[in-house]
This record gives sequence, structure tokens and C-alpha cells, in this order.
Amino acid sequence: MDNSTLFSLRLSLQVAAVATFFVVLAGTCIAYFLARREFKGKELIDILFTLPLVLPPTVTGYYLIIIFGRNGYIGRLIYEWTGWTIMFTWYAAVLASFVVALPLMIKTSRAAIESVDKNLINASYTLGHSEFETTLKVILPLAKRSIIAGTVLSFARAMGEFGATLMIAGNIPGKTDTMPLAIYSLASSGEGAKANAMVVLLTVMSGVFLYLANRYSRRIV
Amino acid sequence: MGLEVRLKKRVNGFTLDVEWNMDNEIVVLFGYSGAGKSMTLQMVTGLMRPDEGYIASNGKIFFDSSKDIDLPPQGRPFGYVFQDLALFPHMTVKENIQYGANGMDRTERHKKTMEMIRAFHLDGLEDRLPREVSGGQKQRIAIARALIRRPDVLLLDEPFSALDNPLRLEMRGLLKEVRSEFNIPVVLVTHDITEALTMADRLIVYSGGKAVQTGTPEEIYLNPATDEVVRLVHTMPEYPEFLHSFGLSSKIS
Repeated sequence: MDNSTLFSLRLSLQVAAVATFFVVLAGTCIAYFLARREFKGKELIDILFTLPLVLPPTVTGYYLIIIFGRNGYIGRLIYEWTGWTIMFTWYAAVLASFVVALPLMIKTSRAAIESVDKNLINASYTLGHSEFETTLKVILPLAKRSIIAGTVLSFARAMGEFGATLMIAGNIPGKTDTMPLAIYSLASSGEGAKANAMVVLLTVMSGVFLYLANRYSRRIV
Repeated sequence: MGLEVRLKKRVNGFTLDVEWNMDNEIVVLFGYSGAGKSMTLQMVTGLMRPDEGYIASNGKIFFDSSKDIDLPPQGRPFGYVFQDLALFPHMTVKENIQYGANGMDRTERHKKTMEMIRAFHLDGLEDRLPREVSGGQKQRIAIARALIRRPDVLLLDEPFSALDNPLRLEMRGLLKEVRSEFNIPVVLVTHDITEALTMADRLIVYSGGKAVQTGTPEEIYLNPATDEVVRLVHTMPEYPEFLHSFGLSSKIS
């Protein structure tokens, strides 16, 4: 592998790992509230977080520009305070991956948390344990396998993220060209041999991730 | 020692409206399914909120709608054995029992857990998962887990209904042992008349969300208050022999 391939591979792994870290944190919390709480607008929130799953990634990317771009609702504030913008940095790639991978995490975790027997939760309460302790010691351990499966799926999705990333991180060689973006550049400039290697690599890795996700989601205790 | 219960609750066209007290004894809530027995236990433990009422034991109030007192389940000193036992499938036998010993320090928790394991003849099963032990052992784990914190009252929601007959008899014996050894008031919910009559110090007959009759098994068997109680009670044909064994058969004629 030459240096640029290696860079893209490393960047993709880095972006996916950081995005997945935040996806797991935010995703399980959001899933928990969607699964265990009744509140107004609950389904609306669910739809809002699920939209990136079905929207064209360019549309998701467009929204991210509107929100986080230098003139965006939040991006402008950040730029005014710090003189920094997330646009066209590898952080933007993380943001894009985070937003598109989050619904996978929420869906799998919500279903897993909802499927925990309510009597077990009630038993934990009557034995004197708080909601927080019950979540840590009963709900999460019982939903563990699906949460792991969701994590693996999210990582795979983050690794493969292209459209939204292109919109907000650009395709800057040596800076923001993750594997999917590098493959796009190589293919359009006719560098078939290099593209082939990356395509095979990405396919094998994704296959392995799916295998892992299946293995975990099937063996729910 | 005892329990004071006054509850009113409307859900989906069903109205529960009951009031009863108990001392240090075994009280059996008896009636058909849907009469409000399990609902009563859920409200006592704080898992369901009554519309109005009063729940207290040993002078401590856990629910009082007139004073806006409503303690969460965590703040109520009741041991509750669920109908399906609700053992944690991912915890070992020891961990399940230990989970009930909330708020104790490490050494005390361990000591109490081992005490309960011995008292309930679960030695050697400490590291098994609930699905690796027998039905009777599961029952004992659930009762041990509910008792380890020394609750004020032990509440059981049809715990033996899924067991086969010999095991059910064994468990009834165990419950009587528990009651005398731990000296704790017990509320047992059942729709099994044999269980009700043989276990109860006092029987509370539930029907359609109301407590229609309260009394000792003998009183209720000999003087059923309504036609419905007659029907409920006389489904146990062998009861005369049971009374006979207590020297009471002369009262039946």
C-alpha cells in the first residue's frame, strides 16, 4: 500500500472510531429515553434522528452545512467566538459519520431496551435500587448484545460514509479523503489498480463487521 | 408488626376499592383472576399509584393521598416475590440474592448472602445461573432475595401457580417455615382455594375489585357471606377433611 492509501485507511478508521464513540454515548442515552419514558413529541424525535437513514446523504450534508457551516446557525457562533470552522476538517467527517450512523444505534438499542422484561426492572426497584443503578446493572447488561451489534453496525456505516462527508469535509487529499472519498477520486481519474485495492479492502472489512454484528445480535440471552 | 391498606383505583372501567389491616400473620388474598389481588400488591409496593388511599406499616406511612405522601418502591420496606419470580437471568444465584442486600457494606452483604444461601438450602448452587436450577430452587432464590433486607412484610403474588402439585405442597411448607423463622407478616395472593384455606391465618376474599369477606378459613368456610363466596369456597371438596384434622369437623353439619 502506498502512502496515500495508508493515509485514507488510517483516516477512515480514526473518523469511524471517534464517531462511533459519540454514537454509542448519545445513541444509548437517546434510545433509553425513547424506550423508557413517555413524553410529548417522542415519536417526532425518533423520526428526526432516523431521517438520516433514509434521506440522501447529500441532503443530510446540506442540513449540516446550514447548521454548522461558517454562516450556519451554530457554525457562525463558533466562528465568531473562536475564528474556527469545522468545515473541511476531519472533524467534519466525524460529524457527518456521527449523524448518519446514529439512527442505526438508536434503532437497535431502543428495541433491545424495550424488550427487557418490565418485571425485572420493577424487581430491581422493589429491592431498593434506583433507576440509574437498575439501568447499569439490569437493563444495559440484558441489552448488551444488541448494543454491541448496534455499535459494530454504526462503525461499519461510519467507515462507509461518503455523501454527507463530501458535502461538509470536502475531498482534500492528505486531509479529509477517507477511503470512500479516495476511491471516488481514484475512479474518476482512472487509477483503477489503486481503486481496486481499496475497494477490496473496504468490502472485506465491511463484511467482517456485518458478520460480527450478526453474531452478537443473534445471541441475545 | 403489620400492614394497613386502603386503596381506590379506577383503570379501564375496573374499580378497585379495598380496605384491610393485618397483624403479624399470614393473610391470603383470594379470588378469581382479575379481582384486583395482584393490583393491590403492586400498589402496596409502590409500582402502581392508587387514585386515593393510605398504605402504612409499623406506624410508617408510605402512601397517603390526603397528605400527598407517595414513597417510591425503593423507599418501601416490602419484600415482593413476583408471579414469574423475576430472577435476573444474567446474574448467578448468589448475585441475585446479593442484589437484594442493597445499602449494606461489602462484608455484611457477603455475610448476609451466605446466610440466606444456607437458610434456603442453596449451597453449591451459588455460581449457577437461574436457568440452570430447578423450579423449586428458583422459588427459594426469589424468596431469599426478597427477605435479605429484612422487610417489614413479605408479599407473594401467586408464586406457586406454575409448579406441579408435589412441589407446590413443598413450597407451602417452606413458606410456613419462613414465616415462623423470620417472624414476618406474609401476604399471599392466590386463586387456589386449597392454598388459601390451608395457608391463611386470615383470608380476605376479593371479588370484582372489592374485599367481600374477611375472616379465618374456618369462619369463611362455615359462614360464607355471599352466594359468590359459597361458590368460590366450595370448589375445594376435600376441605372437610382438612377441618377434621384440626378438630373442627364437628362444626360442619
